[in-house]
Amino acid sequence: MAVKMDPIHQFELKPLVSFGHIGHQHIAFTQSALYMFLAVGLIALLTIWATKSRAVVPGRAQSLAEVFYEFIGQTVHQSAGHGSERFVPLVFSLFMFVLLLNLFGMIPYAFAVTSHIIVTFMLALVVILTVVIYGFMAHGTHFLGLFVPPGVPGWLKPLIVVIEVVSFISRPISLSVRLFANMLAGHIALKIFAGFVPALLAAGVWGILSPLPLALSVAVTALEMLVAVLQAYVFATLTSIYLSDALHPGH
Amino acid sequence: MAQPHAPAPTKEGLIHEPASEHGGGFPPFESSTFVAQILWLALAFGLLYYLMSKIALPQIAGILHDRQTRLAGDLDQAARAKAEADSARDTYERALKDAQDKAKGIAQTTRAQLAAEAETRRKSLEADLATKLAEAETQIKSRTATAMSSVREVAADAATAIVERLTGQAPERGAVEAAYDRTRAVH
Repeated sequence: MAVKMDPIHQFELKPLVSFGHIGHQHIAFTQSALYMFLAVGLIALLTIWATKSRAVVPGRAQSLAEVFYEFIGQTVHQSAGHGSERFVPLVFSLFMFVLLLNLFGMIPYAFAVTSHIIVTFMLALVVILTVVIYGFMAHGTHFLGLFVPPGVPGWLKPLIVVIEVVSFISRPISLSVRLFANMLAGHIALKIFAGFVPALLAAGVWGILSPLPLALSVAVTALEMLVAVLQAYVFATLTSIYLSDALHPGH
Repeated sequence: MAQPHAPAPTKEGLIHEPASEHGGGFPPFESSTFVAQILWLALAFGLLYYLMSKIALPQIAGILHDRQTRLAGDLDQAARAKAEADSARDTYERALKDAQDKAKGIAQTTRAQLAAEAETRRKSLEADLATKLAEAETQIKSRTATAMSSVREVAADAATAIVERLTGQAPERGAVEAAYDRTRAVH
């Protein structure tokens, strides 16, 4: 009995429809793209179709949509404060998109779109570009005051500004790597622990130890469920905090 | 997650590298897939953002706003109804108190009136009785005086008659009266 133990294989993109190559780039509609559109469809189903009756006393699906909306509304309001209402659609879209893609990844044989750094990095880039563009549009050069915290002695200012700029630039990186690494590591751990079960079963007498990695993979699955939800929330919260800089650069 | 494994097991052993179409690299860092992923992500997320910001969230916000307005309206109405009920109760209580006060007043005046009437009647009755008593007393006094004055005459007559029977000779009227007065003075 051959058991494939490669934990990386699951992250491979499988082209469903190939549009050929442009230079080195392979342009194809992959399972990753399919899951993205599936997520969009499901979110639209929940937030548009389930609320179309506009019931005063909501049903289950409408309740769920309202809970998500109010939850994100509160998170954005608490983190970004006054004037943050205009960013609720962005944070809501990001949260629901990341949440569903993370949860899709938990379905056996499904694909975790957020385990690809390019996806999470692009989402983080959307956040940072929103912060920068809105910041300059709303505050002009005053937005640069973000890098000069008030109450810093003059001789310390150059150093502080450098630190602030570096921390600002590292935000999209940390935002994207956090989500990507969590999903990647979780799925690799899950695959490895689950892989021990058939490997032990195939190794004759060692098969009696196979319930151990099985129990462990059950526990890791539960943990990964938590991580999937938590990382979506962390992404939404950090987005709100970064957007707060665009709204109130002077603090 | 476990993937259905297409390649046939090789004889090298249990663990083997899967044949990757990208030359066995690490898929998330396979830069040849980046443009396609960015393209699909942009389309999917763009569509999602459009649907959320233009349709879904205004709809949900509208539902929540409608509900809040309706609840606030209902609460207002309830508060107004309560205020009305309160004022109605106040009016009723005031009316009740007024009626009670009035009834008490009427009872008091009636009682006072009756007492006053009884008092006057009693007084006039007493006065009446007093006059009658006085009249009776005067009558008794005059009768006594009359009787007392008659007694002297009767006594004198009787003494004269007695003396005439005993002596055969009528005494002098003056002597008899003088004798009577003497004996009366003794008693």
